Amino acid sequence: MEQGRAIRPEAVERISAALIKAARVLPDDIEKRLEEAMPSGGKAESVMDAIRRNLGISRKTGLPMCQDTGAFWCLAEIGRDSDASLAAVEALIIEGAAKAAEDGFFRRSIVSDPVGTRANTGTNLPPFAYYEPVDGDRVVLHFLLKGFGSENCSSVRMLNPTAGEDGVVEAVVDMMRAAGGKPCPPVFLGVGVGGTMDRAALLSKKAFFHGKESRRMLDAVNALGIGPGGLGGYPTALGVDVLSAPTHIAGLPVALTVNCWAERKATIVFERGEI
Amino acid sequence: MRRALHLPYAEEELRAIEAGDDVVVSGTLYVGRDQVHRRLFEAISAGGDPPFPFEGSGIYYMGPSPAPEGFPIGSAGPTTSARMDSFSPFLISHGLRLMIGKGPRREEVRKAIEDHQGLYLQAFGGCGALYASCIKRSEVIAYPDLGPEALLKLEVEDFPAICVIDSRGRQYHM
Repeated sequence: MEQGRAIRPEAVERISAALIKAARVLPDDIEKRLEEAMPSGGKAESVMDAIRRNLGISRKTGLPMCQDTGAFWCLAEIGRDSDASLAAVEALIIEGAAKAAEDGFFRRSIVSDPVGTRANTGTNLPPFAYYEPVDGDRVVLHFLLKGFGSENCSSVRMLNPTAGEDGVVEAVVDMMRAAGGKPCPPVFLGVGVGGTMDRAALLSKKAFFHGKESRRMLDAVNALGIGPGGLGGYPTALGVDVLSAPTHIAGLPVALTVNCWAERKATIVFERGEI
Repeated sequence: MRRALHLPYAEEELRAIEAGDDVVVSGTLYVGRDQVHRRLFEAISAGGDPPFPFEGSGIYYMGPSPAPEGFPIGSAGPTTSARMDSFSPFLISHGLRLMIGKGPRREEVRKAIEDHQGLYLQAFGGCGALYASCIKRSEVIAYPDLGPEALLKLEVEDFPAICVIDSRGRQYHM
C-alpha cells in the first residue's frame, strides 16, 4: 500500500465485517428461497436437507458455510460528486478484503501465476474490482465471494443479432446443460446481454445486484431437471437475474455467471466523509 | 438403502454398496485435489511410491479453509470431481479405487471403476461446515508447499455421502 492514502479504519472494518458475515450467513431473501423451495423428493430432498443443516452449523460454529470462501469480486460505484478519491476507494477495497481474509479464516484460494508456478499469493488477494462512475455523492461497494466450482461453469456466447429472446434463453439453458451437476445446484444465475464480449461478462455479475428477474429463464433452466447436487429433480435454479446494455448492430453477446446455492454477497454504502 | 463404509475398507463392504445408496463413512480418509493428483501421477509414473497406501484407502477431493482455534479443521466440503477425471483412471488402476467428491465423472472414470471394482461417492456440495463437524482429526502428510491443497490424512465419523457409481460401474442418475 502506498503512503498518503489515508482511509478511515472504521471504513475498512465495515467491509471486513460484511465479508466475514457473508461467508457465514446468506442474505435473507436468498435463505428464504432455499428454505421455501419444495424439492421433488428422493435425493433432491436429501441434498436440500444437507444444505439447510449446513447453514445451521455454519451459524452456530462460525465456520464458513463453504470451504471455498471465494475470490473477492467487487463492483465499486463511485458517485461523481463523492469526496472519495479513486485511489482511496481502491485502497479501501484491498484493505477491507485483506482484513476479512485474515480475521475471517478465508481460504487462500488465489494463485499469482495462472499457468506456470501457480504459487499461492497467501493472502487471498488481489480482489477483482471494477470501478464505475454513477450519479450522486455516495460510494457503493457490491461484493461477491466468488466460488470457482460454479465460476468454471460461467461463459459467454456471441449470438447472431437476429437470435432474439428465444436465442438468449436457449443459450442460457445450453450453458447450464453443459454445467450439469458441477456448480453445486440449485444455482443462482446472472445473465448479461449486449455490450461487447467483456461487457456482457461484467453485466452478468452486476445482474446479481441490479438485474431483473426472468421467470421465463428460471422455468426453462428448471425444466432441465439437473436438480440439487446434480442428482435430478427440482430445484435446479432458484433465481435468474438479467441485465442488458446497448450493443453493436452485428452482435448479441450473452454471458452467464453461475453462482452455487451459497449465493454470498454484500453491499456496503459509504456516505460523504465516511471514507 | 443406507450403508456404512469403514476405512480402510473391507472388500465386501465396498462391493455391497449400490448406486443410489446413502453411505455413511467413518475412519481414515485421505485428501487431495488438483495439484495432489498431478504429483501422485508424476511420482508413480517415475516409479516412486505414493505417500500413503492406496490399498483400502479413499481419496476425498477437498481443500479446507483455515482451522480456527479449537477446531481440527476449517470448512471442508467437496470440490468438483470432473477436474480430477484425467488422472483418476490411472490412479484407480494403481489401486486408489475409492473417490469422494461432487458432480459427474467422465465415462473413462466410470469404466475404470467398473474394471477395477472401485466406488465413487458424492458428498454434499457447498456443505463445508457440515463436513467440518464430521472430521475429528486432520494432519498434513505430504506436499505442505501446496498450502490449502496439501495432501491430508483425516479421521472422519458419520461422514454423509451418496453412491453415484458403484463397484459394478452402475451409475445413479447424472
